[in-house]
Amino acid sequence: MRYLFTHLDDAWDLTLIHLWLSLLPLVLGLVIAVPLGALVQRTTVLRRFTTVIASIVFTIPSLALFVVLPLIIPTRILDQANVIVALTLYTVALLVRAVPEALDAVPPAVLDAATAVGYKPLTRIVKVELPLAIPVLVASLRVVAVTNISMVSVGSVIGIGGLGTWFTEGYQADKSDQIIAGIVAIFVLAIVVDTLIMVGGKFATPWVRSAKKTKAGAR
Amino acid sequence: MNFLQQALSYIFTAANWGGPAGLTVRILEHLQYTAVALFFSALIAIPIGMIIGHTGRGTFLVVGGVNALRALPTLGVLLLGVLLWGLGLVPPTVALMLLGIPPMLAGTYSGIANVDRAVVDAARSMGMTESRVLLRVEVPNALPLILGGVRTAALQIVATATVAAYASLGGLGRYLIDGIKVRQFYLALVGALVVTVLALILDAALAFAVWLSEPGTDRFRKMPQPFLGDEVALEGASTSRSDGLSRGDHEARGPSPTV
Repeated sequence: MRYLFTHLDDAWDLTLIHLWLSLLPLVLGLVIAVPLGALVQRTTVLRRFTTVIASIVFTIPSLALFVVLPLIIPTRILDQANVIVALTLYTVALLVRAVPEALDAVPPAVLDAATAVGYKPLTRIVKVELPLAIPVLVASLRVVAVTNISMVSVGSVIGIGGLGTWFTEGYQADKSDQIIAGIVAIFVLAIVVDTLIMVGGKFATPWVRSAKKTKAGAR
Repeated sequence: MNFLQQALSYIFTAANWGGPAGLTVRILEHLQYTAVALFFSALIAIPIGMIIGHTGRGTFLVVGGVNALRALPTLGVLLLGVLLWGLGLVPPTVALMLLGIPPMLAGTYSGIANVDRAVVDAARSMGMTESRVLLRVEVPNALPLILGGVRTAALQIVATATVAAYASLGGLGRYLIDGIKVRQFYLALVGALVVTVLALILDAALAFAVWLSEPGTDRFRKMPQPFLGDEVALEGASTSRSDGLSRGDHEARGPSPTV
């Protein structure tokens, strides 16, 4: 633990890299997965297909993906882009299953009501369905964020890993203190990001809280 | 694509499968790490999930514990374990257990907690003791979700067990690590391909187990009935919003055509 406090400057720099490497894929994945998920939600065949592809992508070990990606896309073998693309793939794989499920959770009566007041299909999705799907979406976003933050550290094996660098350095120098510092830093980072997403989700869906209140009042 | 050809020809050369460092040995090592980690995760996660799900007490432990365990980086725990306990089976097992416990705990808990209350009350009113209610009624009903958790855990563990090689252990990760070290990247690709195939086979086997575990005749009724949300409901139930879903599920199935 002492290592963490004596290397706060390093910790800050590495944390920034770590955040960049784990959260950029989260944003990219979200941007890709939401339209894709909404697109396949109603078509059973397409939905099955994406689910299968997504679970295949998810079985590829992260370390393997970091190494193999440069053979498939034109990046150099020890490049940040590999980690970012790999984690984006995982994010999409997880979210593309969650988005249709989140949209399923929207009550049909609400959809009918939205159609009845004149929403066109596209605006209905954007203005009615997606906002109502936020709670379920936030739940999976939290899982993805935490997984990503922990997974970035694996990148340190190929020389890119933010705070994970402390793992490989500590291991090579036989300094368990440095490894513990890395674990603690990543753990705290994950918990902070997780909490922020949760709080953000609550703010984005004020109606959930008020609905709970009225329910409690009715009882 | 040159790499891919090299990797494939490596895999399809019989000579590379034998020997003390051949593919066969590596695959068995890999499966060994997976099985041991899966076993010990189940030993911890399933009883705890059963107790919390049955009593309804300590739910916060599931939510908080699952999140906290997920946040611990596997690689760090593995390397720390090697420094503390030396090389051997213990460090990778502990590190992989961190991945195995959360899905199994969540699956078991939500499976038990979502068993129809009427069924549980009926069992109780027939005079079953609490432990019999849990083991003879709740567990069989929750089995699909419990096994679903095992399936997710197995998938994660088998895919991550490659990390073990970084701590000078065996398994399919050897190809990855050694491939990077000696800059023979087709070797890394060999590791990646074999692990992916292994994971897919394991996943398919466990998916079959989940299907088999559906209580009663549900699994047969489900097939011809194209009830859209059905399959999703089962999977979605594990992500804690099962409350409304399972109820809808139940109602939808109530007036089933077989009656």
